[in-house]
Parts: sequence; structure tokens; C-alpha cells
Amino acid sequence: MSEADLLSPEPAVGPATERRLTRALLYLDDVRVTFDGYRALRGLSLTLERGEMRAIIGPNGAGKTTMMDVITGKTRPDTGAAVFDGVHDLTRLDEPAIADLGIGRKFQKPTVFESHTVTDNIVLALKGPRRALASLFGWRNRVEAARVEEILVTVGLIAHRGRPAADLSHGQKQWLEIGMLLAQDPKLLLVDEPVAGMTDAETEATATLLRAIARDHAVMVVEHDMHFVRALACRVTCLHEGAVLAEGSIDAVSGDPRVVEVYLGR
Amino acid sequence: MGATLPRPALVDLKGRIFLGALAAICLAVPLLNLVVPEGSGLHLPTYLVSLFGKYLAFALLALSLDLVWGYCGILSLGHGAFFGLGGYAMGMYLMRQIGPRGVYGNPVLPDFMVFLNYTELPWYWLGFDRFPFAALMVLAVPGLLAFVFGWLAFRSRVTGVYLSIITQAMTFALMLAFFRNDMGLGGNNGLTDFKDILGFPVQAQGVRVALFLATAAALAIGYLIARFMTVSAYGKVLIAVRDAEPRTRFLGYRPEAYKTLAFVVSAMMAGVAGALYVPQVGIINPSEFAPTNSIEAVIWVAVGGRGTLVGAALGAILVNYAKTLLTGALPDAWLFALGALFVLVTLFLPKGIVGTAIERFGSRRAAARLPPEPEIPGKLAEEGRG
Repeated sequence: MSEADLLSPEPAVGPATERRLTRALLYLDDVRVTFDGYRALRGLSLTLERGEMRAIIGPNGAGKTTMMDVITGKTRPDTGAAVFDGVHDLTRLDEPAIADLGIGRKFQKPTVFESHTVTDNIVLALKGPRRALASLFGWRNRVEAARVEEILVTVGLIAHRGRPAADLSHGQKQWLEIGMLLAQDPKLLLVDEPVAGMTDAETEATATLLRAIARDHAVMVVEHDMHFVRALACRVTCLHEGAVLAEGSIDAVSGDPRVVEVYLGR
Repeated sequence: MGATLPRPALVDLKGRIFLGALAAICLAVPLLNLVVPEGSGLHLPTYLVSLFGKYLAFALLALSLDLVWGYCGILSLGHGAFFGLGGYAMGMYLMRQIGPRGVYGNPVLPDFMVFLNYTELPWYWLGFDRFPFAALMVLAVPGLLAFVFGWLAFRSRVTGVYLSIITQAMTFALMLAFFRNDMGLGGNNGLTDFKDILGFPVQAQGVRVALFLATAAALAIGYLIARFMTVSAYGKVLIAVRDAEPRTRFLGYRPEAYKTLAFVVSAMMAGVAGALYVPQVGIINPSEFAPTNSIEAVIWVAVGGRGTLVGAALGAILVNYAKTLLTGALPDAWLFALGALFVLVTLFLPKGIVGTAIERFGSRRAAARLPPEPEIPGKLAEEGRG
């Protein structure tokens, strides 16, 4: 490091932390990921504003889940930028660090802690210090019942609070996982196929729930179900072969001839 | 501030039974050994006091293994290493207590060192003449090994069978190292011919009873520590890591830190078990590091019921009692019986003795509270209309 660098008032610590690059909450630029020669993401660029809800659609293999893996630190991109909150370079952080920044994720296959009760699943997700010693002696052992109950009422699982999560139905596990996201209270929620395997009534209830959550969180939802996407009433991005194909309102995107082509095949 | 969520009792029903039984034998054994006269049919011979003490030391080893295997999914096939290291630390203290009473009469050097032409005590033997230092090493040496090994393995996300294999390699490597005479720890003969512990003759009847009681106390304390850990939020995270480790990362937990802490505490418990085992059997040698010993400990836990703590201790006592009986009657049959036991338990009693008992007992309780009907979330439906 030269003398001039040392004397400069704001030391350069890398492009991401120098200053806010963008006002967007999430900023992906030209992200590329290759698995064994298969190019899963081929220059994906996307921004998400604060408080925005966005639906991501696209055929199988479009790169939707890989994109979420990049954002949550599960997969490192070969090249490209992934910046959260204008300052955090997501490509340099691991999963717990990214979760700590305030990015929560719901998986396609509901992933709850099966041998724990519904209540304990929420307790484990609650926002707060997560170091081992803090868990051994600290606040997570003295959680206010009301705090957990409020979340369980919201996701409709209050009657099931004492049951092991393994005993829940598929749809209930999906809701429990959404409840865990609420407990985490992240700035950005990534929700992967939340209504897969749900009945129509359950799907509708889930759309309502997500709209309620989107009032004070940024939400990104990956989904195949077009009725559900329409019910979310938000901006839609269509991915295809690892890049953005179209973006806009649901009507504009679903009317786009290129989108119709990739969905219906050639 | 509103009401907090109820926390499971530190000592639940099975814990009360366990600690109660432990207290009962702590009353009975001294009484039957020291008070009941030798001629009486009720008299408990001193060799049996030490044998029971050995069982309790194994029970503590099993408990420590259950903490990492049952609650954290770390199938350690090398827990004998921590047991052995704790045993060696105690053995080194006991060797230094021999003083000039050895065969060669050297006031400082143990007999085997004189025999191997050592002129002075190796540096790592310094301090072991004092009990507090030795006691500290009983905890520190296994703890440090577990910390270094655990941190490296867990940080690299080594799990499952690969982790089991490297724990096995760890104990095997230690066994080979301790067999070497150059190691300065008695080579294949190990450390033996102990005389005193804390100034009392180690063979004396009263000392034997005291060692038994100390082992029982260590088992009770070990149980309470393990139980405190497992019922806390820490223990819940540990179980979450066992069942879905990647998911815990996306919640912001660092599984490697949780696992390392459990592994270190467990190794220290195993070290204490080894330290209490050595004066009661009168010898420690490298065969304690043999992989088969560690695997045997896994079988104890499986038989008793993993993830129950009490079951692990019970399994260790039952299997070792069976071993005592069978090796006395049919020495060659023991390994076959052990293998058969493991197969039978895996096939017919996968939750072990205590795990199965809890299931039976617990399901009757659960049937009392009827599971509520699945429903569409009421509040959601309301909001949907609104």
C-alpha cells in the first residue's frame, strides 16, 4: 500500500465497501456460474429495490435456484457482482454471514427441523445473537411466549405449536418455514416455490400472507404457478438459460412472444 | 415483560430415576464393602467395588460419546483416544507418586525410564508430580486435541462416514505413537505398578471405595452438564445441525462452532472417565487407544439408546457386565456375542433400550392430547376476505 493510500481519508477496501454503489437493496451484475462445463448462469443482471416484491419465473433450468444459491452464499459465481444493501459483497461471504446481514431463504422443498416442535422451529429462527455460548446461556432460553405465538397465529399454526414439525402436512411445513422467515425478520426474503403441492385455498392464503409480509420486507418469490404469480400483483422477471429474458408487469411478461416461446417450446 | 416459553426440566423423570439409582448404589457399595463384615454373605468384595467403578467410568465415556453422536450426529469412532489421554495424564501422576519405591529406586525417574537409560525426566513429565496440574491436564490434553481436530474437520465441513473414519485414524495414530518406547510413556507396557494417590495407598480398601464414589460423582456431574447443554437453546441448535446442517447456516448459525464446543466438552468428559479408570484397574497402556475400544463404546450407546444420555450410561454398564460374565465363562465367544448384539439391536431395537421405553411410555401420553385438525389459517382467510 502506497503512502498516498494510507493518507487518504477513506481507505479503499475493495470496490464494494468503498461507498454505496447503488441504492438498490440487491444488485446482481453479469453473474456467471458454471458447473462442470454447464453454464447455469450466463451473465445474469438484476436489481431489487428496497421493499419491493418480485416474482421470478422461468422454465426448468433457467437458473432460478442457482441465482438464490449465489445470493445466499451457497454457490460462488465465477465472475460478476452480487451486492447487498449497496455495500456488502455477497460473493465474499459465507452462508451464516449473509443470513446475518438480513437475507432469509425458504427452500423449494420445505426444510424445517423435523424433530423439533413447531414452537422450537420458530425459536431457533428468531432474530438475535447466534453464537454457541449465547445459545447455551443467553436470551434464546428465555424467549417471550407472546413473540412466538404472534408469528404462529400469522401463519395459522398456533393450534399445532406443540407438535413435532415432522407431523405437519406438506402445506403446513411450507407455512412453518415462512413463519421461520418472519421470525428471522430479514431485510430480504427469498422464497422458492412456496405453493408447490398446495391446494387452491392454501395457495390463495399463501399469496395473501406474502403480500402482507411484503408491506415491510423486500421479497423475491420464485414460482411456476401463474395464478399465484398473478395473485401476488408485483413486477415479474422471466429467466431463461441463465439470464433475464423479460421483465415487467405480469401481463407484459406473459404476453411477450419470447416468453411464450420458451414456455411452450419451439 | 410477558411469560417466557417453558423450558424442559434439567432433571426429568428418567434423570431422576438415573440419579436416584446412582445415589442408591453410592450408599449400598460402601455399606456392603466397609460395614458388612467379610464373613457375611452380603459382603461385597473389594475387587467388585473396583469392577463397578470401572463400569461407571465406561458409563461416563458412553455419556460423552452420546453427547456428540446422539445430539450432534458426530459418530466418533475415536473417543477411546480422549479416554486414553485422560488415563495417561492420571497414569503419569501416579508414576511420579511412586518416588524411590520403584525396582530401581530412582527417586525421580520411573522404572521404565531407568531401564531405557534415560538420564533425566522428559520435559512433558514436568509438573505431573502435583495432582492439581495432572488434573488440569486430564481435561486440557483431550480438550485441546478435540478442539484442534474438531475445528479443522468441522470447518472443512467433513461429516458422516468420512468424519468417522478420520476419528478412527486419530486414535489409531495415537496407539502407534504410544507403542513407541521413544515416546517416553512406557511403550507397549504402558504405566503401571502404582502406589499412592493423593498420599493414600491406591490398593487400600477405603481408597477403592473412594475412587468408586468419585467415579459415580463424575458420572452424575457429567450427566448434569450434558443435560444442561442439550435442553438449552444450544442443544436445540445441535439437534438442528444433526438433522439439517445446511439449513442452520441459512439461519445464520455456524455449525462448526456448535460442533466444536460439544466435541471439546465431550472429549474432556471422556478424559475424566479415563483418569478415573486408570487407578481402579491399575494400568494404562497403548491398547486403550485401539480402534476396537472406541467401536465398543459406540455399541454401548446404541444398545442403551442414543440421544437419551441415561441410555448411554445404562448401555455401557449392561454390556460390560455381560462382557465380564461371558469372558469369564467363554472367553472366545465375547467378540461374536458383541457383534451379534450390535446387529440385533440395530435390527430390532434401533432406538436402544431407553429410547424404546420412552417411545412406549411417551406415545401413551401423547394419545391423551388429541392432535388438532389441519386447517386453513384463520387469520389468513380473514385477511384474504378483507
